[in-house]
Amino acid sequence: MTLTDAKRPLQLNDIGQLRHFLSLDGLSRELLTELLDTADSFLEVGARAVKKVPLLRGMTVCNVFFENSTRTRTTFELAAKRLSADVITLNVSTSSTSKGETLTDTLRNLEAMAADMFVVRHADSGAAHFIAEYVCPGVAVINGGDGRHAHPTQGMLDMLTIRRHKGDFQKLSVAIVGDILHSRVARSNMLALKTLGCPDIRVIGPKTLLPVGLEQYGVSVYHDMNEGLRDVDVVIMLRLQRERMQGGLLPSEGEFYRLYGLTTQRMALAKPDAIVMHPGPINRGVEIESAVADGPQSVILNQVTYGIAVRMAVLAMTMSGQTAQRQLESEHAAKEQN
Amino acid sequence: MTLPNPEKLLPEMAAALDSHLAAHGISDPCFIGIRTGGVWVAQALLKARDQNEALGILDVSFYRDDFTQNGLHPQVRPSQLPFEVEGQHLVLIDDVLMSGRTVRAALNELFDYGRPASVTLVCLLDLNARELPIRPDVVGATLSLPPEQRVKLLGPEPLGLEYQTLAPAAN
Repeated sequence: MTLTDAKRPLQLNDIGQLRHFLSLDGLSRELLTELLDTADSFLEVGARAVKKVPLLRGMTVCNVFFENSTRTRTTFELAAKRLSADVITLNVSTSSTSKGETLTDTLRNLEAMAADMFVVRHADSGAAHFIAEYVCPGVAVINGGDGRHAHPTQGMLDMLTIRRHKGDFQKLSVAIVGDILHSRVARSNMLALKTLGCPDIRVIGPKTLLPVGLEQYGVSVYHDMNEGLRDVDVVIMLRLQRERMQGGLLPSEGEFYRLYGLTTQRMALAKPDAIVMHPGPINRGVEIESAVADGPQSVILNQVTYGIAVRMAVLAMTMSGQTAQRQLESEHAAKEQN
Repeated sequence: MTLPNPEKLLPEMAAALDSHLAAHGISDPCFIGIRTGGVWVAQALLKARDQNEALGILDVSFYRDDFTQNGLHPQVRPSQLPFEVEGQHLVLIDDVLMSGRTVRAALNELFDYGRPASVTLVCLLDLNARELPIRPDVVGATLSLPPEQRVKLLGPEPLGLEYQTLAPAAN
């Protein structure tokens, strides 16, 4: 029987610390807040003359990307380097899997090279889970995006952005707009916002791009963008994921932009000090107008900067949790022997 | 043995620091406290010297040498240095000097901000248990404790000291 991650805390060690980072499902508000606080400290490191701390010196981080990525891959690489770890980045589409090697074999080989952490991106939902559970339980596994399921570091960098620009989650209205159906970012964001106590999470999109069962996330659904944007503090736009679309989910991009594109006029419906976010890459004129993406309310590039700090926090905390778990297990083994 | 009262040690420490700085020709140094106890001592010391300039705060969690044994401190907060370190004379302040490892971590962190002209080390207590070649330039009091005993600083106002006994190792 496969249990959901909420019921099986695979990503926590025996004393409740992170040892993998697979999904935000089942993580407590305290843990998410600790992660954001740690990321705040790493953000300060990024502003120094020497942007590097010696925390993960001598450790090896493998970025294993089975799917294309620019921002996530480079910011994970930079995060690991700023923690003084050695980094290997593998674009698996150009390596041994194209010669027929299985996922499991590729990872076991990397493990044999004494990797301490894997950052994995894969087109299949649950890939990172599978690796953490069956392939490399002693290596910290970090989900860099798996299929439509989750993108937890993006979720947390969005939370850091909101906290730094808007403060207390418990007073905010947040709208997530666009292609929710294909978006792992939307799932991670809804979970994080709910856990952090955001009282008004709105999801805006056409029926064809909203998944069934959205209610379980405690969100309100809007099909009319003008209605959904009214008086929100935060607008999170999503990219229209044309590469994942099969069949006629949309009449045309022009039609989508007319109904759900974030324009200056629509932005005026939100609170005057509302912020605009986007996980990137942005499609100008498809989901967002250039004047909004580059305008004073946009924090899209700040998100990238915060992403490095959040990924540093995730790498440091999961490594710390793995270390603690090994310590616990060796103490336990010593007790058994006595 | 009764622990000294920090409030009584501070005027002497302030005077000793003044003569140390004068002897080394240092004027207008910047003050930095190591979180948490060191910050309290630094604040009290600045008050005793009638100074109210900005105090630097160091959190050395990312520079500790025990990450592989103890992991990351769960309540790490950002360091704040409201001045340039490059070319600056610094006074680094901690509450209790024991092994010297915290000061080692603090020095490494400081050098990531720049190359200071000098660093003067001030500690409220020296427990005579150093494991590294690090000595304070100014110290409030020196104590020798049995291995299972520690001292904790209470604060920030008023400052106080209390004994702590370590739990015996579990096994």
